[in-house]
Amino acid sequence: MASINLKINNKAYTIDSDPKMPLLWAIRDLVGLTGTKYGCGIAQCGACTVHLGGIPVRSCSIPVSAVGSKDITTIEGLSDDNSHPVQQAWIQEQVPQCGYCQSGQIMAATALLGKNPNPSDKDIDTAMQGHICRCGTYPRIRKAIKAASVIISQKASAK
Amino acid sequence: MSGMTGVALTLGLHFPAIGKEAIVLKQDTAESQGFELNAWISIDETGKVTIVNHRAEMGQGSFQSVPQIIAEELEVDLNDVNIVFAQGSQTKYGSQVTGGSSTIRGSYQRLLKLSATAREMLLEAAAKKWGVPRGECFAENGQAIHKPSGRKLGYGALVEAASKQEPPAEVRLKSPNEYKIIRKPMPRQDTPPKTNGEAVFGLDMKLPGMLYAVVERNPRFLGKVKSVDDSGAKAVPGVRHVLRVQMNVFSHKREGVAVVADNLWSAMQGRKALKIVWDDSGFEHYNTEQLFARMRNDVKGEPLSFKTKGNFSRAFGKAFKKLEAIYETPYESHSCMEPLNCVAHFHDNKCEIWGPIQGPDWVQSDVAPMIGLKPEDVTVNMTFLGGGFGRKAFLDYPHEAAVISKAINAPVKVVWTREDDMTQGPFRPGMVYQCKGGLSEDGRIDAFETIMAGQNMDHQNPGADKMAYNSSATEGLLETYLESLPNYSFGDIPLDAPVPVMWWRSVYSSTNGFAFESFMDELAISAGKDPLDFRRQHLWGGRYQELLKKLEEVSGWKTRSKNGGYGVAITECFSSIVGEVVKVSKKTDGKIKIDKVWAVMDCGWYVNPDIIRAQVEGSIIMALGAATVHATHFEDGKAVEQNFNTYKMPRITDTPEIEVHIMENEEKAGGAGEPGLPPFTPALTNAIFDLTGKRIRKLPFALEDV
Repeated sequence: MASINLKINNKAYTIDSDPKMPLLWAIRDLVGLTGTKYGCGIAQCGACTVHLGGIPVRSCSIPVSAVGSKDITTIEGLSDDNSHPVQQAWIQEQVPQCGYCQSGQIMAATALLGKNPNPSDKDIDTAMQGHICRCGTYPRIRKAIKAASVIISQKASAK
Repeated sequence: MSGMTGVALTLGLHFPAIGKEAIVLKQDTAESQGFELNAWISIDETGKVTIVNHRAEMGQGSFQSVPQIIAEELEVDLNDVNIVFAQGSQTKYGSQVTGGSSTIRGSYQRLLKLSATAREMLLEAAAKKWGVPRGECFAENGQAIHKPSGRKLGYGALVEAASKQEPPAEVRLKSPNEYKIIRKPMPRQDTPPKTNGEAVFGLDMKLPGMLYAVVERNPRFLGKVKSVDDSGAKAVPGVRHVLRVQMNVFSHKREGVAVVADNLWSAMQGRKALKIVWDDSGFEHYNTEQLFARMRNDVKGEPLSFKTKGNFSRAFGKAFKKLEAIYETPYESHSCMEPLNCVAHFHDNKCEIWGPIQGPDWVQSDVAPMIGLKPEDVTVNMTFLGGGFGRKAFLDYPHEAAVISKAINAPVKVVWTREDDMTQGPFRPGMVYQCKGGLSEDGRIDAFETIMAGQNMDHQNPGADKMAYNSSATEGLLETYLESLPNYSFGDIPLDAPVPVMWWRSVYSSTNGFAFESFMDELAISAGKDPLDFRRQHLWGGRYQELLKKLEEVSGWKTRSKNGGYGVAITECFSSIVGEVVKVSKKTDGKIKIDKVWAVMDCGWYVNPDIIRAQVEGSIIMALGAATVHATHFEDGKAVEQNFNTYKMPRITDTPEIEVHIMENEEKAGGAGEPGLPPFTPALTNAIFDLTGKRIRKLPFALEDV
């Protein structure tokens, strides 16, 4: 066991953990943020996606000791009030069905739009193909990413 | 409605007897007569409406469609309706099992009556208060309004007076053209908590003092635990208990060893350190090829007869043209994105359960005796379900959690890893179909026969009659064919295999539909007819004809381009009819791609068109996976595919454009969550035949291999 410091959603946490524990379980069971989901444990489904230093990563496959001082952002850290453009677009396009995979989908979409605010269909497919949705919300994910892109550009021009 | 204080108008339904129509009762009346009331609706003094959702929310939208029904007849703003999950109780709610696409079709008439009754009682109370005739009052937006004077009273101010009246026996329900909320694509109330991490799924449940468990179960379904060395597991920091567990899987007991720890990760590490010797003697260690070889042989034999008409053999014998084909569909895993999990707290001869559960009433009634309790001492709480698809109507995982909690005397969350979830079943059964058809000289079907071979899900139950025919042998088939075809025979040959099998989205229709609608296409081609016209001439009844007409129009069937392949299929499932057209073409590298899917859904009376479209889109993508991407295989008595690296899933890159249309008619409500699935696969393979001349009769197949 080791004492490990994590910075999640701009808040500092100190946890007592097996250094080999995947970041996913540290976030869920030790820190208590349950929006990040377990889907496969082998980085195949994307349900556990969080941002590490701004980059989307599979938290099921990163030992908590490997995080270091990098900032972690989870679904709970996107906004306090569902106001992030991607969250707004997800609501507008009514993407979720069961909703279980959507935290990961939203974190991936957020990262995509962060570096490419106006993605093509191909860009969307490439960025999102690591994420499984068993309910089959893919057509709406495509629409929602385009809608989020519009919301982002509207916000930018309003400033 | 425990926990509610103050004056409220609380109405619910009482089920006098199975098969009898439910009656609307006030809560106090029910209590005085000793009835347990299904408290579905309550209006408090602030005018806030609370309803209890008796069904699971697993993505299909009951959290939105049920409040929409209530708000419509009650005349309140949808935003003023608060929905809470019901606990499992057969005495209160009747069947709560979310299966068979039954949430709306099974209860909408009652829900309409219940909310209209509440509205009438509130209006009656207002009329009395004002001393005016009831006929001069109407309800709107949570208020009673006196039309001549314009006086208004909010529902909150009326609940006390209303609650002193008796519910009227008869109430007038709106006709669909009066609807203001039903039929509107209103955004789901469970969307915001599903975009910010707030929605609580089973896996997110936490109780004070709760421990975490994982279970190493024998990978062979009938295998036992011979011995276990738990010294390594117990040495892992955080591990508290190691114990042998059994849970019921139909007529068998699944055996394993549970490791319980302070957190899930420690439990997983402890599990890895277990040294278990399994007892795998005394039963067959089958593989997929053996099972299918048996089924292929079986379909040649004499089936258990389910439905016949005329004389198939004679008509087939003298048919102008004869056709025979065999179709195969694989075993499949449900693979809900939320793996199985359950929280249980057994204490003081009671047990409380929380989890992603499709059938809370079943868990209450059936798990109680397994853990030595009476049903009333078991409380079952539903969380959101991260997918269900039939798997989460099964009782093994709540049973296991309760057994472990009882043994360790503490609240526990049992989590199945993805590998556990994917390898232990129950699975969709693999099936083989033999179809025979005879055509008349003018190209009509004179004789039609289907023999299906595969496991009968009902045969797994203790004491089941294994010679009983499969009454699902015609599921998926359009009901009209049973009238229009002059000679037919449907039957099955059950496969006796120890693989646990269970409903998988749209159940037998998901496989039957492939056989029926592929063979219908083969008959059309053999008759030299357009596949859509060929079906048209066998469809009796305006409803089927209307659907076909709509499908023909929206897909541009008559003017379809020659450089693409088009396929059509129509199936009937859980009282809804769905027709789909798939267009495929060749990519520059010569491989097949799916360009577009058109779907026309006729589910009769419906609530929310956007939710229905979402369900059809999702059904199509789930069918696409089972048709072209994944299958479960068995080797040496064990499931081979363990995770998404080998049991591949359709991805966003595989997703075609999908266009969904909904028929408007006066029919009763049919299902919405499943019926969009069965027609996709045959429409796809029929389209591939149209493009390439290659007939696909065995699933799954890879699009790139065509």
